[in-house]
Amino acid sequence: MERVLQAVIVAIGIPAATAGFIVLGERCLALLPGRSSNALRPWLWLTPGLAFLLTFLLYPSVDTLVLSFRDARSTMWVGLQNYRVIFTDAAFLTALRNNAIWVVAFPAATVLLGIAIAILVDRVRYENTAKALIFLPMAISFVGAGVIWRFMYDYRPPPLPQTGTLNAFLTWAIPGFQPQAWLVNNPPLNNLALIAAAVWLWTGFCMVVISASLKGIPVELFEAARVDGASEVQVLRHVVLPSLSSTVAVVLTTMIIFALKAFDIVYVMTNGNFDTEVIANRMYKELFNVRDFGRASAIAIVLLAAIVPVMLLNIRRFRQQEETR
Amino acid sequence: MASTARVPQHTGSMAHAVAMLRRLPLNTAVVGITILWTVPTIGVLISSFRPPELVSTTGWWTALQPPFVFTLENYRRVLSTNNMGQSFVNSLLLTIPATVVPILIAAFAAYAFAWMEFPGRTVLFLTVVGLLVVPLQITLIPVLRLFTELGLTGTLPAIWLAHTGYGLPLAIYLLRNFFGSLPKEMLEAAAVDGASPVVTFFRVVLPTSIPALASLAIFQFLWVWNDLLVALVYLGGSPSVAPMTVTVSNLVNSLGQNWQLLTAAAFLSMAVPMVLFLSLQGYFVRGILAGSVKG
Repeated sequence: MERVLQAVIVAIGIPAATAGFIVLGERCLALLPGRSSNALRPWLWLTPGLAFLLTFLLYPSVDTLVLSFRDARSTMWVGLQNYRVIFTDAAFLTALRNNAIWVVAFPAATVLLGIAIAILVDRVRYENTAKALIFLPMAISFVGAGVIWRFMYDYRPPPLPQTGTLNAFLTWAIPGFQPQAWLVNNPPLNNLALIAAAVWLWTGFCMVVISASLKGIPVELFEAARVDGASEVQVLRHVVLPSLSSTVAVVLTTMIIFALKAFDIVYVMTNGNFDTEVIANRMYKELFNVRDFGRASAIAIVLLAAIVPVMLLNIRRFRQQEETR
Repeated sequence: MASTARVPQHTGSMAHAVAMLRRLPLNTAVVGITILWTVPTIGVLISSFRPPELVSTTGWWTALQPPFVFTLENYRRVLSTNNMGQSFVNSLLLTIPATVVPILIAAFAAYAFAWMEFPGRTVLFLTVVGLLVVPLQITLIPVLRLFTELGLTGTLPAIWLAHTGYGLPLAIYLLRNFFGSLPKEMLEAAAVDGASPVVTFFRVVLPTSIPALASLAIFQFLWVWNDLLVALVYLGGSPSVAPMTVTVSNLVNSLGQNWQLLTAAAFLSMAVPMVLFLSLQGYFVRGILAGSVKG
């Protein structure tokens, strides 16, 4: 009960206090001469936001970099020792390899499926229903998806009946098929079983964004191509796909970042066992199981370094957008 | 007359049949994909209503034929003995403030970015764009140390503060773009009428931005409700504050093959976002389209 009250106070009180801060600040600005009040005004409005960005994103990023050069308890400088340790640690190297698999397979699958489904549903009358159903997993947490897909992949040693959907379906459809423990067998391929669960969640996102862009292609373009006698395939190749390219680029970068940061789904489904470790889960283990802040920070920095190129790409793309605005 | 009239009718239905046949592969593909995407969720939903002895011996699809044996016992059990009831309340307490607070704070900053001139505006906003994709793993250790020093670890305020910080880049980015696209004349008219920036913001900018604010609110709500990592790190797994994601991920280990309970727990954690999503899908899609730079 006390916590309910606390939550209500925060949900109403903090916005009210922030608004009060702005109103009060404006009152003070009104007392100043016009020029200096105009110069100070933006900073008044920015202060709460910048304070949070500074405390929870900017300062911690710098601090993590510093901690990555210090020991497990952050008491002594150890130079590059943490980096040397993680890059010779078999578990971390496995994680690097698996993230490489994620970064290739996950964006490729989500984006290709997204394009294909967007084009297909565009031609049927029940488009909205189909899209809603494919998009629905977006509302499900990775934890929920983890349970759903562990259940899909469930395996029982024969002759017990298979109650996991995938094994049951395959033993029914293919005579002589041996049920598989999908999450355990055949590393590193079992990573694909985890990736499939993530693909199921995120294809809807790609489809929705690509579908919107597809609908934005001017009808005249299609008509002109058809008047010129272009076949459906040619229209697809020379009209549709080129018009989608910038959207696909955006979606692709989003998916790549996601693949680099993959955590929850691995944590819930295998916790990195059976050679399915990923960087983010490795960091979590260093932080909470090993309690080594130095190595955990070094891993976080490696993750950030992998994302920096995408970040710069985004910034560049944003500047181009602004120029054409 | 009758016979001539029948001929075109005949070719008409032929043409119709041919068209149907030509569309068969397309329809099969679309329906097939849709089923493929729905089956995993349906399987979990059905299993959550089946008695344990059936779940452990037969597949969920056998429940689709008679005799229909369903039960609410699984839900009763996870709510009472597996901490799911408490976790549901925790998820709500955690998510609502963490949705409201960052949006208002972001709106103030976005207003400044969109409609005020100041030195460093471009650089600061590019920083926000850069922060959109920063992996929050990079912030965990310093923020955890900060919370420990302040005695906040394991408490709801820690989560509220952290999610406010993490949600701001996307919120500022989206709202700045939306505010920036409002007609200049509208804001100038308000200023000519003698409205102060505060009045313009609360009376003109915010009311016209309700659709954008709604998209953002759904986004942030789903993100916080579905988050596991932030809750895991700052709440430290204490059951009294654990949201449903943390509780369900613990149950995955402790319940193992008790699928009837695990599926019921998972479905409970999915119910609120799914309802929200289905009823407000339009806003959600708009948010996604406006912010697809976010990772």
